[in-house]
Amino acid sequence: VNDWVVTVLILLPLAGALLVWLLPWTKLGAGGFALLVALAEVGVWIQAAARFDFNGGLQFQQETPWFPDLGVSWHVGFYGFSLWLTGLTVVVMAATIAYGLWAGRERARAYFGLMLMLTGAIVGVFASQDALLFYVFWEAMMIPLYVLIGVWGGPGRLQATLKFVIYTLAGSLLMLAAVIAFGLSQGTFDLVNSGTSGSTIVLLGFLAGFAVKAPLFPLHGWLPDAYRESPPEVAGVLSGVVSKAATYGFLRIALTKFPGPVGDLRVPILVLAASGLVYGSLLAFRAPDVRGVIAYSSLAQLGLITFGVFANNDLGLDGSVLQMVNHGLLSASLFLLAGMVERRTTTGEFSRLGGMARGRPLLATLLMATGIIALAVPGSTAFAGEFLILAGVFQEGWAWGVIGAIAIVLAAMYMLRMISAVLHRSPGSAVTERALDLRPAELSAVVPLVLLLVGLSAWPALISQRSFPHGAAKASIDTGLQASPGYEITETKTAVGGAP
Amino acid sequence: VRPPIDWFALTPELVLLGAAGICLVAAVLGPRGTRIHIAALTTALGFVGAFICAVLIFVRTPDGESVIAGAIRRDRYGAFAQLIIAASGVLAVGLSHGERRERQHGGEYYALLAACGGGMCFLVQANNLMVLFLGLEWFSICLYILCAIDLDRVGSLEAGLKYLVVGSFGSGVLLFGSALVYGATGALEFSGIAAATASQGLKDDALLLAGLAMMIAGFGFKASAAPFHMWTPDVYEGAPTPVTAFMSAATKTVALVLMLRVLVSAFPQESELWTAAAAALACASLAWGNLAALVQSRLKRLLAYSSISHAGFLLIAVAADSQLGGRALLYYLIPYSAASLGAFAIVAARERELGRAVTIDGLAGFGWERPVLGVAMATFMLAFAGLPPTGGFTGKFYVFSAAYDAGKSWLIIVGVVATMVSLYYYLSIIRAMFMRSAEVPVEVAAVGGSPPRDPLLQASVIVSLAVVFGSFFGLQPLIDVATHAANALPF
Repeated sequence: VNDWVVTVLILLPLAGALLVWLLPWTKLGAGGFALLVALAEVGVWIQAAARFDFNGGLQFQQETPWFPDLGVSWHVGFYGFSLWLTGLTVVVMAATIAYGLWAGRERARAYFGLMLMLTGAIVGVFASQDALLFYVFWEAMMIPLYVLIGVWGGPGRLQATLKFVIYTLAGSLLMLAAVIAFGLSQGTFDLVNSGTSGSTIVLLGFLAGFAVKAPLFPLHGWLPDAYRESPPEVAGVLSGVVSKAATYGFLRIALTKFPGPVGDLRVPILVLAASGLVYGSLLAFRAPDVRGVIAYSSLAQLGLITFGVFANNDLGLDGSVLQMVNHGLLSASLFLLAGMVERRTTTGEFSRLGGMARGRPLLATLLMATGIIALAVPGSTAFAGEFLILAGVFQEGWAWGVIGAIAIVLAAMYMLRMISAVLHRSPGSAVTERALDLRPAELSAVVPLVLLLVGLSAWPALISQRSFPHGAAKASIDTGLQASPGYEITETKTAVGGAP
Repeated sequence: VRPPIDWFALTPELVLLGAAGICLVAAVLGPRGTRIHIAALTTALGFVGAFICAVLIFVRTPDGESVIAGAIRRDRYGAFAQLIIAASGVLAVGLSHGERRERQHGGEYYALLAACGGGMCFLVQANNLMVLFLGLEWFSICLYILCAIDLDRVGSLEAGLKYLVVGSFGSGVLLFGSALVYGATGALEFSGIAAATASQGLKDDALLLAGLAMMIAGFGFKASAAPFHMWTPDVYEGAPTPVTAFMSAATKTVALVLMLRVLVSAFPQESELWTAAAAALACASLAWGNLAALVQSRLKRLLAYSSISHAGFLLIAVAADSQLGGRALLYYLIPYSAASLGAFAIVAARERELGRAVTIDGLAGFGWERPVLGVAMATFMLAFAGLPPTGGFTGKFYVFSAAYDAGKSWLIIVGVVATMVSLYYYLSIIRAMFMRSAEVPVEVAAVGGSPPRDPLLQASVIVSLAVVFGSFFGLQPLIDVATHAANALPF
């Protein structure tokens, strides 16, 4: 087993980043080249997805020792759900890079290089099958994000980045301690070959890293500032993709490697997720600006996804993977649209917005479509995801289902409030005639994301039934993501029938 | 009786002493105007020669042996430390050249630098208490003068004097401790001390323990571990920046490498005590270094406190008292030395640009003005903070692994908390360089534009950068070498 495709997916953007930094590009050249690399990345991913066997276990593996004395290796590969999350990453990164190109970011070489580096790091997180490698990519995500927000962010960016970095690194350093304890006690850092651990302390270390990154209530202190001060496309990546690294960690590491301690900690985690879900929804309803709504709705949505993951049954797991992709696409589209609104009106405050639908049909249509999907109207892909998650937690206890349902009602309230505050009512003081409708370049960044959402609405099972072998999520998790029982049988058959 | 002398084991020192001699002669006899260049070139070649000799010693000494009547230990452990010292020396010459050209005492400066390197190379091979003290004073005296060499500069003389007084006190404590150990065991050679402790049942001997405690304190002074660090910020700040750079890399290497060698080979029976002491010093250094660094505004002082906190990380590896700990210590020193030299090199560059001491505010916008130096500085800060993809991360990972392996998991927690605190000030430097261009305008000294670029300094920075990245990506070969080196110690 030695397939280069995953390694290429990680290294291609990193190599692109190096080229952007080192060669003397013009502003347009750097952005254009970065976009080209991002699109090539999407192409490589499509090629990988076409070859992927959705009933198989870990695929496209590549393994080569890094420092064997402690059992650390470059071990990458895809499970079904990592494939989908990687797909989300490459698509969102291409869209955000396109947006950055259109918005004409200053210091283009630095900017686009960092965006590509971020792409490589996030793909690395989703592909790593070695705990230390996972950690390396996890930290590597932080550096470009820090600089992207700190240099290209809004006026309060220094405060925001400081909070962001202190929070996330405090979490991830605890995770480093946990990685070391886990790896050395197992004798290997490899996530596939290592067994399970019964240590609650070590699990808590991992959870600290994940919970801050997601963020999980009450560790969301960095979230409003970081989402408000980031450039809109970076906020989109942060809430759309980077937060999924955390829920991916819950799934890939917490559930499979710590089945015992997760059982003990499940109720507290579900309580935190539920609190975040309700609290985030309420704050989103009260938020005075577009980004505030998206930011707090992110907190709520991440609570919901965590709900699904820790329901730890087939429905919950399938639903949470689907919802991770949904929320990634939704959040990125919403932040990009928010950025477009802010560019036209210089503000995201509801008190100064309004009436933008009149004469701006494209903006209105896109914002409306995204908002409607985000509030999980029946028939939308978000509805499918949330329904699966609610059904999953309902099986674990009806009260969880009730809390989730309440939060979903709240979601409809804050989304509709945002749509009407931006698009309807009488025109706000910041909305002038000079605020034109979306340009083709902007459409090229956001329309693909919305189209994907519409496509997924038509066929959510594409993801929900193809994230785990044979759709048997729980069985797969219980065997530590080794191939599912059904898969093993077919393996044996071929071995019996065709082995030399 | 004249003992047989293994001249080969002494080649690094001899090459550097030869270079020092040539520098001094050239400073008097060389054609005026070229003296400084001859001295710099000779010293650089001397350090390169010492590096090559150390490589040869490493390759040809698979099993360590005591040579020259047991005074010197010729092994891979010492050779590894010599490699770091020699490499630091080459880089230090690169940083010094631009600055020395405009100042006096060029020949003496380079002669002292080479002699200092020689003393360090000698010290890390020490195998008995006499050589230990001799080597320590040899390189310390050179450093005292180097710190004070810019007499016209505010703080330089003060730094030299402070270093002299406190450093001599540290050496005195170490010497006194050595005398007590000798008095208790009657042995000078490290292995003899261990043997005597075992055979005469001296494990709980008060004299021996007092001696051990004083020796650890002496090492603490040299390694600038809290609470023996008082001299560090003042000396680092006052000394000429290239000297500070060399000190922060090489002195730290020597002090910690030697400390581990002495403790492991002379006091294996007392390992419970000295691991506890090392752990305590580690905690104190991590706490004090990081907390004090938080409130510094001058860059050199900040980096001085950061170097104190790194002594803490390195002492965690010492406290592990294991082969893995030795490996971690040696490996950690590679990216640490490179990042340290590189960071001070950039301070030196900025200092020359501004014509005064560099503060954090003084870095505002530096990253965009000088992208290569700015990115390098940011990388060094990330390496200090222990973030991938720099060798600082893998170093920290190895140190923590050693602590875990030795059953001292609590030291990991201390290290993790210290790292969290340290992020604040390391990132404040990145913030100043890249994110504050517009807000805090810096008045650049009105001397008609920025000074000409210094290609040698740039080259040193780029080499340091390559080492910091290289030690992350090409980790395995370095770890192999460190493993061989650590195997030379009797764990």
